[in-house]
Amino acid sequence: MRTVAVIGASLAGLSASRSLREQGYDGRLVIVGAETHRPYDRPPLSKEFLTGKVAEAELALEADGEDLAAEWVLGACAVGLETGERSVRLADGRAVRADGVVIATGAAARTLPGGDGPAGVHVLRTLDDARGLRDDLARGGRLVVIGGGFVGAEVASTAAVMGLDVTFVVAGPTPLAGPLGPDMAAAVSVLHADHGVRLLCGTGVRGLVGKGASPAVLPSGLRGAEATEVSGGAAGRGRVGAVVLDDGRSIPADIVVVGIGAVACTDWLEGSGVALDNGVRCGADGTTSVPGVVAVGDCAAWYDAASATHRRVEHWTGANERPAAAVAALLSGGTAPPAPPRPPYFWSDQYGVRIQFVGNAARADSVTVEDGSPADRSFLAVYRRAGEPVAVLGVDRTKLFTRRRKQLATSVARGATA
Amino acid sequence: MMNPACRLAGIPRGESCRLETGPPVAVFRTEDGEVYAIDDTCTHQDASLPDGWLEGREVEYPLHASKFDLRTGAVDAPPARLPVRTHQVLLEDGTVYVALSDAPPNLPPCVAARLAGGVA
Repeated sequence: MRTVAVIGASLAGLSASRSLREQGYDGRLVIVGAETHRPYDRPPLSKEFLTGKVAEAELALEADGEDLAAEWVLGACAVGLETGERSVRLADGRAVRADGVVIATGAAARTLPGGDGPAGVHVLRTLDDARGLRDDLARGGRLVVIGGGFVGAEVASTAAVMGLDVTFVVAGPTPLAGPLGPDMAAAVSVLHADHGVRLLCGTGVRGLVGKGASPAVLPSGLRGAEATEVSGGAAGRGRVGAVVLDDGRSIPADIVVVGIGAVACTDWLEGSGVALDNGVRCGADGTTSVPGVVAVGDCAAWYDAASATHRRVEHWTGANERPAAAVAALLSGGTAPPAPPRPPYFWSDQYGVRIQFVGNAARADSVTVEDGSPADRSFLAVYRRAGEPVAVLGVDRTKLFTRRRKQLATSVARGATA
Repeated sequence: MMNPACRLAGIPRGESCRLETGPPVAVFRTEDGEVYAIDDTCTHQDASLPDGWLEGREVEYPLHASKFDLRTGAVDAPPARLPVRTHQVLLEDGTVYVALSDAPPNLPPCVAARLAGGVA
């Protein structure tokens, strides 16, 4: 293999590039990034970056003096993959021919239907998004956060701690109900009320209202996570003034953050022959349907033996850890036996409380608080399926959580080799 | 100067103890029985390294995947980029002594600001 192209220059792409060098690949390495920035860390973008505690320079993922001997092609969007000759077409007409391709194009923030919306409406995915939101939050005012995922919960927390008036609108029964399961998500969601955030659950958003002379309601047609087609969505002008809920209530807003999930960036692979199904459909080691092409990070739906499904795991840790296995598969032509990945893990800091989770809550048939108490906002809960632990939640229980996480990883690894 | 930290018997293998110095220091005892002292706080974010995952002579930071070498303080992977400060350890008569390093610590920005009297 003489040329490998890594398409995507965020954590997963960088991790794959490092793995290539660590695993002895010494050929040409081309790293293509859609953004103009060198690889940077995203978790602080919804937290310390917004408050100014972490500056841009501190987000860099590359170590000082680190040199992967790579050709960096930044600000370049991949628009097509010719699998026959393994060539990646870029938006500016250039093409990168490669013997091996690592797809690491990530996911893009979902937006409200009907365009970008009026000024003051933000999504939060990239550094540029975060810069805009940071500048708006610094002006203060009333913030409405739409969407009960991590971005929404963390922005609500960060802004509340900064002193903004925050309303958090969630379509589901409670924030984080998907990843944590409804019971434990409810136990965690009390943090919002503890810190003066108005949490409105079980309601979709009908639209946004502009300030002053703007149209009465700019339809967003958003119900839960289900965005629908809207007619006439040209929302662009003026500044946001309020969010109108499905039940007709109008929530005044100077700033709106839309955190309604992310969509895998795989449009450029349509028609390429790479199998897609809510992301790039991959084996348990990142191999795709096309030899010499692997996929990593948020855009990749790896086969998960435990649930016997293909799952996109949009967590930092997976983007960091899994590329090593994909690169091993790429360099060996798929003959390297895949090591079982560690169970999915994430953490979230909200209101100074550390929330950590490992495993898959959806597989559980029971969940038990085994240490501490939700009333104290500090506890550890174990999720089980037929008596066997399948997931663990820690809320300000870092040390104990780490032990349980280790036990779970060990039992998964044992199960995979048994 | 060697500061008495704790009794060796007080740290089971695979465990650690914390010295409330400024900034705090963690004394680790590996599964093999070796004892090392490093700064307690990760260089990337405000979390205590003894809460992390000790494997051999490396401790994995509890939030993310960076591992620090207990012997050298070196970090292996992002997001941490700076090594953690190490301290010299002496064992005598069942007591662990630690000589605090004169080197400046590599603390995460928010902790450094707090210790400097800035906004936490």
